[in-house]
Parts: sequence; structure tokens; C-alpha cells
Amino acid sequence: MHAPTLTRRAFIQTSIAAGGGLLLGFHIPRAFAASVAGQPWTTPAGGVEINAWLTIDTAGVVTIRVPHTEMGQGALTSVAMMIAEELNVDWSRIQTVFADPNRHLRNNNEYKVMSTHGSQLVRLQHPHIMQAGASARERLKEAAARAWGVKRSAIEAKLGTLTAGNRKGTYAEFATAAAQITLDEEPPIKKPGEWWLLGKPMQRLDVPPKTDGTAAFAIDTRLPAMVYAAVRCCPVPWGKLKSFDFAAVKNRPGVIAAIELKAVPGRDQTSDMQNGVAVVADTWYRAKTALDAMPIEWDFGPDGAASSASQYEKARRLLDQEGEVSYSTGENALEIIARSRRVITAEYHRPYETHARMEPINATVSVTDDRVDVWSPTQDQTVALRLAADQAGRDPKDVYVHTVFLGGGFGGGGGGNTAVTRQATEISRQLRRPVKVIWSREEDIAQDKQRPPNTTRFSAALGENGLPIAWFSRSVWFTHNATPRVGGAFADYAIGNMPYKVPNRRHERHTARTHVPTATHRAPGANQHGFMTESFVDEVALAGGWDPLEWRIEMTRGLEDWQLVLETLKEKSGFRTDLPRGRGMGVAAVESHGTIAAACATVSVTPRGALTVEKVVVVVDSGHVINPHAATEQCEGSVCWELSHAWVGGLELKEGRFVNTNFDSYPLLRLDQMPEVEVHFALSGGSKWGGLGEPAGPPVPPAVANAIYFATGKRIRSTPFKHHDLSWGEALTRRS
Amino acid sequence: MQMKLNINGALHEVDAEPETPLLWILRDNLGLTGTKYGCGIAQCGACTVHVDGQPTKSCVFPVSSAVGRRITTIEGLSRGGRPHPVQVAWREIGVPQCGYCQSGQIMAAAALLAQRPNPTDQEINAAMAGNLCRCGTYLRIKRGVRRASELMRNE
Repeated sequence: MHAPTLTRRAFIQTSIAAGGGLLLGFHIPRAFAASVAGQPWTTPAGGVEINAWLTIDTAGVVTIRVPHTEMGQGALTSVAMMIAEELNVDWSRIQTVFADPNRHLRNNNEYKVMSTHGSQLVRLQHPHIMQAGASARERLKEAAARAWGVKRSAIEAKLGTLTAGNRKGTYAEFATAAAQITLDEEPPIKKPGEWWLLGKPMQRLDVPPKTDGTAAFAIDTRLPAMVYAAVRCCPVPWGKLKSFDFAAVKNRPGVIAAIELKAVPGRDQTSDMQNGVAVVADTWYRAKTALDAMPIEWDFGPDGAASSASQYEKARRLLDQEGEVSYSTGENALEIIARSRRVITAEYHRPYETHARMEPINATVSVTDDRVDVWSPTQDQTVALRLAADQAGRDPKDVYVHTVFLGGGFGGGGGGNTAVTRQATEISRQLRRPVKVIWSREEDIAQDKQRPPNTTRFSAALGENGLPIAWFSRSVWFTHNATPRVGGAFADYAIGNMPYKVPNRRHERHTARTHVPTATHRAPGANQHGFMTESFVDEVALAGGWDPLEWRIEMTRGLEDWQLVLETLKEKSGFRTDLPRGRGMGVAAVESHGTIAAACATVSVTPRGALTVEKVVVVVDSGHVINPHAATEQCEGSVCWELSHAWVGGLELKEGRFVNTNFDSYPLLRLDQMPEVEVHFALSGGSKWGGLGEPAGPPVPPAVANAIYFATGKRIRSTPFKHHDLSWGEALTRRS
Repeated sequence: MQMKLNINGALHEVDAEPETPLLWILRDNLGLTGTKYGCGIAQCGACTVHVDGQPTKSCVFPVSSAVGRRITTIEGLSRGGRPHPVQVAWREIGVPQCGYCQSGQIMAAAALLAQRPNPTDQEINAAMAGNLCRCGTYLRIKRGVRRASELMRNE
């Protein structure tokens, strides 16, 4: 999806609506719990609609309708802050609800963007969100101006009060009149220097209901007469269902039906649904245990022989062949390397990873004669809407997607896109009852769309001063569609756009097919290649006799924002290369989503090889930060996310399916492994608006691997680190 | 099988197979959805409740074993309408991100503090390492436990 075009006409039209966006004349369990608000908390219904984004009630409470999904990144809070900034209302008078995707569809994409991905809510969408607030403010002023017979420019709008000379009124008093006003021209939005609210650390609005069990997640949806389904799809994607014996389980208590699910290919040859079978019962546990007990036979097909090992072998064969050149500058880097005497070569690999959101993939769907209702933890309500309409064979205008809290997002559309939404729709369509489909954790890991594996070979030739004169990289990554792009993930991210000024560079890529559906995964592309590029940078720097941090500073001369970030990292981290054996510091820097993020990790490794990541200092330049509190949290979380995969993660494919089934075989980072994290913002400001939900992750694995090298003398070129022997006996030579 | 359960101070009657994990009785039979399903094999702690005050992974705890015991879930943690100090600390620090694991985190933290009102870092690590958080809120969880301990001392 591209950045929305800002059309000022969009907010000129208006109407007076009786209710809020969520109230659809249908029983929505605990909808109010999902509509969190600041204090005081009042019902989100009612009020006068100034535009699609906000209503003002008679008490002056402003209800802001948020079209984005909340997965803990602070969307409810940041959208509310941007509108409150322009509208100029007291923060305690704000409450938020989720906007209605059906209205968005019916009113020609009224909210412009209803998808939440790519760390883009603030960086790309702040202009139209802020304009919604600015427009409402000017119309309130215009209403007062007309009533008082003064010019609009004579009126001040501040904290919910309109003032002109000795005339005074509240927003609430003028809301009805403002709703009927059309502005000749929409106002511009405020510039960063003019902010009074943005830039201040604000507690997230969604925190309170997440501390007492009232926050409504999709998996918590309960509807009258609802049934539950457990599903199993072919463990080898695209394999076929040969048979299942429902008779063996149909007399178990509570069991209602078994329903076959047929594969539906989606866009770009990925799957919207795989072949499988669902067992429906009156509780999920009864459905799940019946499914477990039901004999099922599969035809795995030709992909039943695929493995991580065979894909890795294929990758290594491809690495010996010329690939598609996707980046080059200067002379042919390969030729220079071939005739150079000081050459460094290394090969890096990263395996599949899975999202493993804490909320297992699920959806609840109700198909009735006249409408379809969907609750799913999707990052894109419009996709869920389209899929449900398609599977039910209904007009999308009759489909209502109810936005709920997401128990983790992390890309790939969230835990409610594509397959599970279709499954629930299909089952409800056949049974004509509301159904909740929950994937067991085992099904979630087996059937999620995975982060693609990647293998990259680098070589560099050094010049007289020890700095590289030529740099070559060749990558192989496996995707379901054998293209260099999966959603927002690029095969070359953080390789092709590496900032270092090497005079002669060449990057080639191979894209190979895997039968495993792949998808974006928090900081897509950058999360893999950041590790590879930034580890190899250390190899090159050290081979040339350079301090790794000084090398990066030297190689980004003239790039002011990179210099700012790296110099700040130097100052804040105290990076040094002379710690006693068994301890080490490492640095790395990666750009993604328009934000530069640098990290310095401090590790200790026992002589027997037990790793502790003590501390990670992160420095980011996102240009601007609207909520430093949420931004800091996102950076802390990103550190954990990438460290988890790099240290303890990694999926392994064997006989066409993953051997990892649950958190015992796909561990996540635990609390006792989490390093101390220090986050610093080094903001270059200006026209730069970078994202913050993802970029702090990618530099972490290479910073840790580089630190491990200084601690042990061992260079780690693949993840997870847990598979490497990090012991450092007396016989080992320290460093090169 | 008919069973009587004491949950959050109230008696509930349920009819289920005795081996059914308590988690699913809470969620599907009783509508107490604050307790979450994460793994089903006692690896993630999202389902943590208190059984006679002990932190218990309800996804592997048969409902029949809960008969005659005192069960507390996240919905019953506040006392007389006042939030538990762990909940107060969690809000103050802004611990949750997606929030899905947090009922379990809060129940584990509350159980720890009931037994060790002033836990060491090692005790916090040991008590909380069984609760996974994919958003990576661990640092704030640790701070939250320390802050709740402080609040409890001042009560």
C-alpha cells in the first residue's frame, strides 16, 4: 500500500450521525472494553459527528475513531494525540473507539488507510490524521465566528474553549453548528515547532483494560449460539486431504460436525486457505480433542521431501551462479576482488522464523441471511472483510469487521488474516451458526506464513588504508512465489541500501521457490540482512585494522543523519574493543522504515560457552517522535524480538513440515535472558519521518554476534546462536 | 460430570469431562476470558491463575483437581473494588503492549509477591521466567514487580 494522497476536499463533506462507528445495531460483546479511553471514561456512543474521525458530546468529551489496529504499538494513543494536537482539547476529555471498516468501504475509503503495517501510521499517515483534527477545529471556530459576528481569525480555540474578546463558548456548544459548516479551504497542519501535545511522553490508553482481563481480543469473542472449531490443515503446505473418519469421533460429547476445508490460492501464489478439516463442538477443548482423536490421512505430494538441509544445499549451488544484479556502482566489484590480494569472504545464513504471536491465530465469524460479522486479530480489516465476503459469496458491503485488540501483530497481516478468516466463514456459512475457530499453538506454528530463509555470500577487497575498495554480495532467499518481494519485504533490504560508501559495489540475488507460504515479519528483509551485512562489516573492518565503530563513522562521512546516530552511539555506549576475555561489546547499524537504528551490545560468555547478553544501547533517528513513551517501548520490544530469533529461535523444515511444534521446540526469549536496554533518540528532524515499530530490532543480532566475537574470538555466521559452540579454551587464539 | 468450583469467591456449577483443563472451563463454560490460551503445554504462562494462592498453569490443570480449591483469576484479583498493587504498578509503568500475556504475568507476579513481598532480582527472574511475552515487555515487568513490592510495603 502506498502513502495516502492528501486531498483537502476529503474532510469538507459532513453529516450528523447519531452514533459512533462501532455501534451497528448488532450485539458486540464487550465492545466498550475495546474502546479504551483516557479518564474520565464515558460511553463512546452519542455526540455530534464533526467528521468521520471524531464526535463531540454535550459534555465536551471528544470521541476519536481510530481506523488502525492496536497491537500494543500505541495506535489508539498516537492517533488520538495527533487529532487532539490539532483540535486542541484537554487530553482527559479524549476517548477512543475503533472506526468501522464497513463504513470505510461504503464511503469510498473514508479513512484512507485501514491497514496497520510497515511502521507507517505516524510517518506516512500523520498528514491526513492531523488534518482531520485541524479541519474540525476550524469549523468549530467558524461556527462561533458566525454566531458572534466576528472573523474566524479573531477566534482562539484552546483546550475545548472558543474565545474572541470577552465572548466565550465551549466546543460542545458549537458542535452541531460546526458539523454543518463547509470550509472554503482546509487548514494546513501544524509544524513540529508548533506542537503543544505531540512530542510529550503519554501513557498508552489501552493499558488499563490490559491489566484486569477486560481488554477484548478476537479470541475472547462470545456470541449467542456460538460453536467452536479446531482445524488441522495438511502439515506439508499444499498437500491434499485424502480422508478423515468423522464416525470415529462423532459420538464424543459436544461434537457437532466435521467440515472439509479446500485450499484457496491467494494473491502472489500464497495461500488464503490450505486443505484440511475442522471439527466443530460446543466447546473448543471438545473440538480440539476430537480432532486429535480423528484419523486423518494426507497426501503430502512432492513437497513432502523438502527440508531446510535440501533448501540450504540448493542455496549454496545458486551462490556459485550469477544472479540478478539489483545494485551496482563503480566498476565491476567482482573483477576488482578477483585481482586483489587482500580479500575477505564469508557466507551467512538465517533460517525460517515464525511470528508466534501470543494470541494464537483465530477468528470468529457469523454468517446470517443478510450480513456477515467478523472478529479477527487482523492487521488489515479490509483484507479480512474481502476474504469473508468472497468465502461467503456476499457483497462486501454486507460484511462487518469488528476491530478488536490484537494479541501481537508483527507482520504477515496479523493473526487473523487469510486462512483463518476463510475457515471460520466457510464453517459458519455451512452451519449457519456463529463459529469461533482457534488454531492450537501447534497449528499456529505449522500453518502461519513464515519469514523466508536466506543465505548470502560476501566478499570485499581492501585498499591501502584498510578500507574496502570493492564489495560484492550474492543472496539466495526462498519465498512461496520465488520473487524478491514478499509484501513489504525485499530480498536486498539492508544489503542493497547499505549506506557505506564503497566505490565499487555489486549485489546479486537469486529467488528460489519454497512450498512454505512466506510473509512479512517485523522489520522484513532488514531483520535478516542486517545481521549478515553488519556482521560482515565487522569482519572487513577488523581485517583492515579498523575499530568497527570508527569504520562505520568513516564510511558514512557526508551522511549527516548516519553520523549523528553513530556519534551518539559512540558517546552513549562507551564502545570499546579491549574488554577482558569473556566479555565483549559489539556495534551495528541498520536502516529500515525510514529510520536509522544503531545498537551496541555488551555480552559475557563463560569459558564453557554460556552466553549472557548484559546490555543493549539503542540509538534511533526517526526524524520526529510524537510519543517518546510508546516509541521507547517499541524499541525495547524490537530488541527482544530480534534477539529472540537470533539467539534461541529458528524453524527447521524436515519432510516438508516444521519439526518445531510449540514453545518447547520453538523457544522464545524469556525474562531471565532479556538484557538491560537503553534507548536514545538522536533526531535529525526536518522532513524526515521514520517508523518506530520495527527498526530497533535489525541491528541487535549483529551487535550481539560482533560482541561475541570480541568476547570469544569466534565469528558467528548463522542463527540461532544457541547452535554454536561459544566456549573459549586456552588453545583458542584471541582475535585475528 | 457435575462439579462445583469456587472461583473468585463465588460458587459455579459446571458439567464437563473431569480431565478438561481448568483454562477451558474458565473461558468457554464460565466466560472468564481474561485468562488466556497460549500453548496448552504449560510453556508460556498466559493461562496462569491462582489455586489456593499458588500460581498454576491452568491449561494443564484438570478441572476435577480444582474442586474444593480456591481459584482466583485476573477478574478476581482486585480487592473490594481496589486494584491489586501489581495492577497499579502495571498501569503506572505502562507494562503491557499487546497485552495478551499480561493476565498471566500479573497473576504470576501477584503470587510471587504474596510469598516474597520483597523479592531479589534472582527471585523475580525465577518466578517470572515461565511467562513468555512476545512483545518483549520483560524489562517493564521486572520494574513493575519492584514497584508493586514498594506499593505493598506502603499500604
